Amino acid sequence: MEENCANQRIQAQTKEILQKYRKEKDLLITILNDVQEKFGFIPKQAQMVISEYLSIPMAEIYGVITFYSRFTLAPKGKYNLSICLGTACYVKGSQKLLDRAKERLKIEPGEVTPDGKFSIDDVRCVGACGLAPVFMVNDEVYGNATVKQLDEVIDKYMNL
Amino acid sequence: MKTIQEIEKIRNEKRTELDLRINTQANTREKHILVCRGTGCTSSKSPKIIETFRKIIEEKNLQNVRVIQTGCFGLCAKGPIVIIRPEETFYAHVKPEDCEEIIQSHICEGKKVERLLCKNIDGKLVYQLNKLDFYKKQKRIALKNCGLIDPENIDEYIAFDGYKAIQQVLTEMKPNDVIDMITKSGLRGRGGAGFPTGKKWSFAQKEQEDQKYIVCNADEGDPGAFMDRSILEGDPHCVLEAMAIAGFAIGANQGYIYVRAEYPIAVQRLKIAINQAREYGLLGDNILGTGFQFDIDIRLGAGAFVCGEETALLESIEGRRGQPRVKPPYPASQGLFGKPTVINNVETLANITKIILNGADWYASIGTENSKGTKVFALGGNVNNVGLVEVPMGTTLREIVYDIGGGIPNGRNFKAAQTGGPSGGCIPEEHLDTPIDYESLAQIGSMMGSGGLIVMDDTKCMVNLAKFYLEFTVAESCRKMHTM
Repeated sequence: MEENCANQRIQAQTKEILQKYRKEKDLLITILNDVQEKFGFIPKQAQMVISEYLSIPMAEIYGVITFYSRFTLAPKGKYNLSICLGTACYVKGSQKLLDRAKERLKIEPGEVTPDGKFSIDDVRCVGACGLAPVFMVNDEVYGNATVKQLDEVIDKYMNL
Repeated sequence: MKTIQEIEKIRNEKRTELDLRINTQANTREKHILVCRGTGCTSSKSPKIIETFRKIIEEKNLQNVRVIQTGCFGLCAKGPIVIIRPEETFYAHVKPEDCEEIIQSHICEGKKVERLLCKNIDGKLVYQLNKLDFYKKQKRIALKNCGLIDPENIDEYIAFDGYKAIQQVLTEMKPNDVIDMITKSGLRGRGGAGFPTGKKWSFAQKEQEDQKYIVCNADEGDPGAFMDRSILEGDPHCVLEAMAIAGFAIGANQGYIYVRAEYPIAVQRLKIAINQAREYGLLGDNILGTGFQFDIDIRLGAGAFVCGEETALLESIEGRRGQPRVKPPYPASQGLFGKPTVINNVETLANITKIILNGADWYASIGTENSKGTKVFALGGNVNNVGLVEVPMGTTLREIVYDIGGGIPNGRNFKAAQTGGPSGGCIPEEHLDTPIDYESLAQIGSMMGSGGLIVMDDTKCMVNLAKFYLEFTVAESCRKMHTM
């Protein structure tokens, strides 16, 4: 019953997003970006609504979602830790940040902690190379980062 | 919708009002406090600085002082950066708590806040932006307006010759004249491959089709590269204007900008710019009343390195997986939706309006024999002045790393510089005096690439770096290289 309710909500919210767009196939990625933004992932219910609206088979939508690294099929943690592994950050030691995050949270990039609180992403350059090495918690950027600072930030969010 | 006369009126009035932005001797009592709102400075709290300045100005009821958000000033290592004009004072690492002192001391009492000024390599304090070592060897063409104007205000763009090139093109030139001019200027693609831009346009122009497209490739995927992002954040209109000019030249009336979703500020500024341009009739059905029709839409990428490759990018705009197509046919004959398409990189487009206004000969006089103009580099890694630099082609790597970049931090030695992203190469010390141009870089086994330039000191392990890049290319491979 509860699940049904959640599904209906997702469908309704997806339809709301679709209202902005014409029924044209080339808008698929644009729409998926909006859905990802809205839910933090792309729920199957949303895919079904999009599939019907744009007349694109579910399999094809699944193919597109899994091709692009920004799209995810499952929710991320409440606090998503993105560690930049672009060259500028890597040269300045961001691998140590990633290793430390994995050690502290006991998960690999792309995974979520069992309590749903944290997830880790290794990203390929967020474009803030002037502040390298950089990590982000959701949209908040931490520049000139050190392992010590990462520890403090993780501690802060653990206790929230 | 505005007429040519109305646009010219805005240009003249605004230009007078903004004279203090480019004239340190401007005869005015006004002060403009420019605060960088590029991605780097924004992440280190520059919006808070703007807010604090505005609050203090209001509290003190100061007349003649304006706070303006701009694009990137280039010297990201010193961010957040605040510049006060007309005197061109450059304040580094400004914090919101410094705003009070800047207003009180600098604006009210006329005394510069020395503790926030930069020092040159010789240890001397620098009172004026153009005296900074970092800027001395640079020449800003593509980045001309970055850090000078408010990118969210079309009138400021118009003030500095904005939309003057499209006006000239539409009222005085034929499509062939435009293509000839770009060809003669020697401009080559700044995405990395260096294909002559004029030639690319002429291929698409020759195709007999009713529908053609202009695509701007803003899928800046090379790790360590942020040139295109900075142009879009600092001067979005110059890209829109160039796309319209390209559209006129090849006979296209629709453009797409394919930009990374990871660049939210750039996307936001582009949206604002497109709306403003439409409102002024600088995009749309009847541009400047000349009957020329051209409009632009944004398409967001979703995190796939391969989509920087032009045919993969076209697939992605069409809403599919970004898998490269087999060439030929080339996009100039069968591109987006199967129609003739010109795909240009952001930085390439950022040069177009300047070439139209200053002439092909002017542009061709800058740079080397076969590489004309300037190149923007994102200078990063183990170098003091991390940031965005624009230099004439032919400048040596040593000049970029040492004179502009301020050398290697912590007294370490230079080991190598990496250019060209994952498919480029590492340049060791013995090649530091190589002039930067397409051919010279290819000759020493690297490539120009899009402009990421990462410096490594002698603590870095090249084997480890090779592994790092291989992992990247394995993960991001298009898996189409079957006939090598």
